[in-house]
Amino acid sequence: MQEETTGRAILIVEDSATTRALIRAVIEEMGDFTILEAGSGFEALKLLPSHEFHLVVTDVNMPDINGLELINFIKNNPRYSRIPLIIVSTERSEEDKKRGMALGARAYITKPFKAQELQEVIRQSLADESL
Amino acid sequence: MKASKKEFIAETEDILFECRQCILEIQDTYLTAANPDTINALFRSMHTLKGLSGLFGNQGITGSSHALESLLDDIRLGRIPVTEEVVNFLFKSIDVLSSAINGLKEDSPVDLSVHIEEVRNFRSSMQSGEAEPDIKGLIDNAILKVLSEYEEHRLKANIRTGHGIYLVNAIFDLATFDTSLEEFTKRIRQEGELISTLPTSTDVPEGFIGFNLMFASGKNVQALQQHFSENLEVLFPGKHTDQQTIPKPAHTMKSSSTTVRVDIDKLDRILNTIGELTLAKDAIRRIGTEMEGADPYSPLIRDIHKISVSLERRLGELQDEVLAIRMVPIGQIISRLAQVIRRYSKETGKEIELTLYGEDTEVDKSIAEEIVDPLMHLVRNAIDHGIEPAEERLSKGKRKQGTIVLKASQKGNHVVIEVVDDGRGIDIAKVREKAIEKGLMEPDAKLEDREIIDFIFAPGFSTKDVVSEFSGRGVGMDVVKEKLSLLGGFTEIHTKKHKGTTITLTLPITLAIIRALLVRVGNHRFVIPLSAVSEIIAIETKDIQTIERKNVYYLRGEMLPIIDIGKTFLLETDRNEQRFGVVIGFGRRKLGLLVDEIMAQHEIVIKSLGEYLKGLSGFAGAAEIGKHEVILVLDVESIIEHSLTRQEGGAYV
Repeated sequence: MQEETTGRAILIVEDSATTRALIRAVIEEMGDFTILEAGSGFEALKLLPSHEFHLVVTDVNMPDINGLELINFIKNNPRYSRIPLIIVSTERSEEDKKRGMALGARAYITKPFKAQELQEVIRQSLADESL
Repeated sequence: MKASKKEFIAETEDILFECRQCILEIQDTYLTAANPDTINALFRSMHTLKGLSGLFGNQGITGSSHALESLLDDIRLGRIPVTEEVVNFLFKSIDVLSSAINGLKEDSPVDLSVHIEEVRNFRSSMQSGEAEPDIKGLIDNAILKVLSEYEEHRLKANIRTGHGIYLVNAIFDLATFDTSLEEFTKRIRQEGELISTLPTSTDVPEGFIGFNLMFASGKNVQALQQHFSENLEVLFPGKHTDQQTIPKPAHTMKSSSTTVRVDIDKLDRILNTIGELTLAKDAIRRIGTEMEGADPYSPLIRDIHKISVSLERRLGELQDEVLAIRMVPIGQIISRLAQVIRRYSKETGKEIELTLYGEDTEVDKSIAEEIVDPLMHLVRNAIDHGIEPAEERLSKGKRKQGTIVLKASQKGNHVVIEVVDDGRGIDIAKVREKAIEKGLMEPDAKLEDREIIDFIFAPGFSTKDVVSEFSGRGVGMDVVKEKLSLLGGFTEIHTKKHKGTTITLTLPITLAIIRALLVRVGNHRFVIPLSAVSEIIAIETKDIQTIERKNVYYLRGEMLPIIDIGKTFLLETDRNEQRFGVVIGFGRRKLGLLVDEIMAQHEIVIKSLGEYLKGLSGFAGAAEIGKHEVILVLDVESIIEHSLTRQEGGAYV
């Protein structure tokens, strides 16, 4: 069953270009999304007003502002607070992921991840949102 | 999705290079407290390496970098203190990873399982049980919950040392906040350590973004407030003695490091002093020679000569040593370019294979830094305009991947850097068209291909109508050329349609002290840098011929353009039949400078002409020789340029 995905915008926030490309590839497999990439928290802050995002996938450990600070920003801004957030980070950031969930992230995935795993979480997050 | 092996090796080498830089910095500073940002950067590099090797599928390096990442995580979170032992262990580990990469290069894999075990054991042996202070209740929970584990650790570490914790709010335009924020955080970092940067949209107008910045500082709020117009909120007052706290000496003050970092300006000052001493030495010798004339048998004269010879030798050695300190392997720059190439090849969707040669070639640090931008521009150009898209390449029967080769080598006193691509080459017809359009050449002028290609160095010249994002940043080939000639170097282009383009940059190895030839034209004297001189010939004026209004001389059957320095600068010259030609440049850039007399060789320190005379072309600067006499240094490059572009006649200046 192919979801109705056309036009839905997803923002990937991740400082490693390779991981970003990987996440993009995994999402592209799921259907026709508008995918935007941010290489840092700052870029994400700039991109946020540009689209009506349906989902943000973010790393925690980034150079300028970290994923938690980004999540906090999104969740406290009425314009964005409904956007579901998925944290993608390494097992090292166990504690940070918990904090992210406490700040309102929808789910987290541990790197390295399986494509199906990420797709499943994305599917759920998008479904929740359209309810 | 496996990255290609070559790319993996190159990228890993870059990362290991950065790691070494970080560890060096930690080694230099850990006794007084290493910069947490450096430790964090090292941790991040290792994290990147782990991800990269995981993607590439190299289990050994993945395992090692994973173990090291854990170790570094403990270090950055303060669970393991930085000691000499830790620094040495980190250095050793990077060496192990380097050897693993070398093994991969030569297809003889290195077993890293022992190393992985070593890192794990080291980590567990070093962990200290030092408890962190409980900060719940000290700091507002709304702030605490947003901190990452690392930020929380830095907060605790600062509280433990008695630093105050402050919060400042700043609002910036959303479009430009990153640069303004960077400036703002720079100010904070001057006063202490930035702990967290929390973006906020509460009470912030549309189109703007706010930041709550938490930082730690040893200064009290009154002192800090002077540096900020924004209101500082004190989250934790700290224990201030209102004096600079003197760092506690560690158990041992002895550092195992044998390297020091030196500001390049300091080396410049030393070189300047050597230059002055060289002048003094020349003066001593001159005095000796003058005394010899008056009293040829005085034993004092022998002593003076002996001293001046010994001085000369020691000064030479000293100068060589200092120059050697300034030398850096060009690989340091080339690896930076490699990163750019990889990034752009990804962004443009063009697959590019990069090959590097001669990374060990050494060049003066100041030249190395100056050459980065021109090289960057050439590389971007090659990717952007040179290398064709994959389909076009395949249809031409080329390999799908474009190739860029960066080659560095030393030729005498010069370093030659070549940027070679196998792209479409420069379209000479198009350049010609454009040159005519811009009024740089007459439509019916018959110019050789290489003369036409030289037009791409003209200011504002671009054959690409659509300026691309990469190369179209307002920097053209004219800037590349200007920079090169400022450094006393030059550029050459070889291009073949559909085959590719080679751009050759030739640079002097050092700028500091040069040997120069003192020449006389009429009653004026000039110096010519010896590095530019290939030979000196005696010329009978009757042998100079005029071809198409250009003066030439046949040297061993080859035509050598002749520039009469006297005519160029409108000076009276001797009216001798016999004059001298100083042959400068090489290849098609070779030409002879006509002078009246070759006087001597000197070591000179070129000083700039100063603001007033800066615009003057034809002179590279001035030098002092002999009895405090100031002599102009000819700018060989600009003279060659002028002779290549202009028609004979008219004043030069």
